[in-house]
Amino acid sequence: MITITSLTKRYGPFTAVDEVSFTAAAGRVTGFLGPNGAGKSTTLRVLAGLAAPTSGSATVLGARYADLPNPGLEVGVLLDASAQHGGRTGRETLVLAQRTMGLPAARVDESLELVGLTPAEARRRVRDYSLGMRQRLGIATALLGDPRVLVLDEPANGLDPAGIRWMRDLLRTFADDGGTVLLSSHLLAEIEMIADDIVMIGSGRVVAQGTKDELLRGAGTLVRADDVVAAGAALAAAGHQVTPSGDAVLTDADPATAGRVMFAAGLPVTELRASDGAGLEDMFLELTAATARDASSPATPAMTGAAA
Amino acid sequence: MTAVTAPAAPRGASRPRPTVPVPLGRLAGVELRKIFDTRSGLWLAVSVAVVAVGSAALLVALESPESFSYQFFVHSIDYPVHLLMPMLGVLAVTSEWSQRGALTTFALVPRRGRVLAAKALPLAGVAVATMLLTFACGVVATLVGAATGGVDAVWDMSLDEHLRMLAFSLLSMAVGFVVGVVLRSSPAALVAYLLFVLVVPSLSSALAASLDWYRDAGPWVELTSAQYELYGDVMTAEQWAQLGTASLLWLVLPFVLGVRRLLRVEIR
Ligand SMILES: Nc1ncnc2c1ncn2[C@@H]1O[C@H](COP(=O)(O)OP(=O)(O)O)[C@@H](O)[C@H]1O
Ligand SMILES: [Mg+2]
Repeated sequence: MITITSLTKRYGPFTAVDEVSFTAAAGRVTGFLGPNGAGKSTTLRVLAGLAAPTSGSATVLGARYADLPNPGLEVGVLLDASAQHGGRTGRETLVLAQRTMGLPAARVDESLELVGLTPAEARRRVRDYSLGMRQRLGIATALLGDPRVLVLDEPANGLDPAGIRWMRDLLRTFADDGGTVLLSSHLLAEIEMIADDIVMIGSGRVVAQGTKDELLRGAGTLVRADDVVAAGAALAAAGHQVTPSGDAVLTDADPATAGRVMFAAGLPVTELRASDGAGLEDMFLELTAATARDASSPATPAMTGAAA
Repeated sequence: MTAVTAPAAPRGASRPRPTVPVPLGRLAGVELRKIFDTRSGLWLAVSVAVVAVGSAALLVALESPESFSYQFFVHSIDYPVHLLMPMLGVLAVTSEWSQRGALTTFALVPRRGRVLAAKALPLAGVAVATMLLTFACGVVATLVGAATGGVDAVWDMSLDEHLRMLAFSLLSMAVGFVVGVVLRSSPAALVAYLLFVLVVPSLSSALAASLDWYRDAGPWVELTSAQYELYGDVMTAEQWAQLGTASLLWLVLPFVLGVRRLLRVEIR
């Protein structure tokens, strides 16, 4: 369980993280989604006690991370897969973590096997690793202490599609076992594939959060009509939000309402359905583009599902 | 779609939560390992040993046997050895930042002061071991030099001198460590270290030659020269005091400021 409360982090006049609040629950994979520079890494660094917040707080398992006596045994952290000493072998990197945590030496080989690094690969120096191998090594380090919580910053970077599927299964198993997973990504597709809950952040602020299902549903309805402009106008006139999407429109009205509006306007509809993940993507692009354009605007559209 | 299933028990809930902080001794063991488990660290350590043995051999082969004595060998071997050795102290700190391992190190042990103490302990051990190696090379060189040069073996160092050489070694390591703590970048700290031990002393004597007031003040503020007084047959109370003030200025003060910064700085 991770709780972030009104977390703010400023660098001089620049606010990198702005009043961010969310929780990541046990048994769930929480995806922390936002474009580059949104403030994900900064939030996670504060969470792991590596940066001090300007205000607000972050706790893991009810305690400040820095107050955990032996954090590796409770929280597995991977903040940057390339932040490893290039002159050490992969195995040696794990041995250092294993000794620091006071674990039996056998855990090293178990972890290597768990992430699919062969003994030959483990003997090579990290300098010669691909990004994908570094991610696996970083995840092995995070899993070494058999923690209850995982905090992973962009862990899918550099993984091939098979690697991403492997990671999804690994995190799924971890969460099904009652573990808490918080992972960040700047790619919606990754988060959609892996996460149960989504926290979307743009320019340091949370712009949407909820379960993935809620956010998908929240993306609204796709309406395709012979006269798509008139359809959009009718929906807007009825007080719904409208976003053009090719030869169709997306609206925040649910399908039944949208159908009645179309019927009332006398417009023939060629397609009417709850919009799929592409709608979430539109929202992701739109919300993050909006916050990126105008970071100071308080009128950022915000969507909040029931707290997970 | 995805069913929201609450698991029966959170992962690991049956295990007791850890209550014991990572012990300093164990952490010092890890840091000792980190000094030698990289290519750069290993090569540096090997060079220290090679330089000790190599300079002993060269001295025996090239110097005239009349100058041979245990103290002669120890002092001559010691200079290059203790120029190199503190670089291990520099890198023990800076490689965390330059190679970015600090992200993992401090995530596993958020008590940064404890990590720093755990780095200092094995470095002190390395300083003592290096000095013992120099003594050993001195003994062998004295014996071999006496045999090959046809002279008597001269043992001319008291216990007191040995102890002061040990202090010298620890101070040298402290210089490297402090430069690392203050600068936290391998290239910058290595350059600064070499400037400090090679260039500053000659600058200081040049100043002393031209400025009257500095001739008197210099010994109180210039660390490297004050440190080399430890080499002498005896050391006066004034020399100890000068070593004290110079250390305060160049070791204690920067260390305090550097640690304060290091405890707060954002690890990225
Ligand atoms: N130490 C720092 N000093 C100044 N600005 C910073 C610092 N760290 C991060 N930032 C800025 O904060 C913002 C958020 O960065 P970050 O948390 O790394 O974003 P993300 O991980 O979502 O890509 C960026 O605009 C970045 O430039
Ligand atoms: Mg980032």
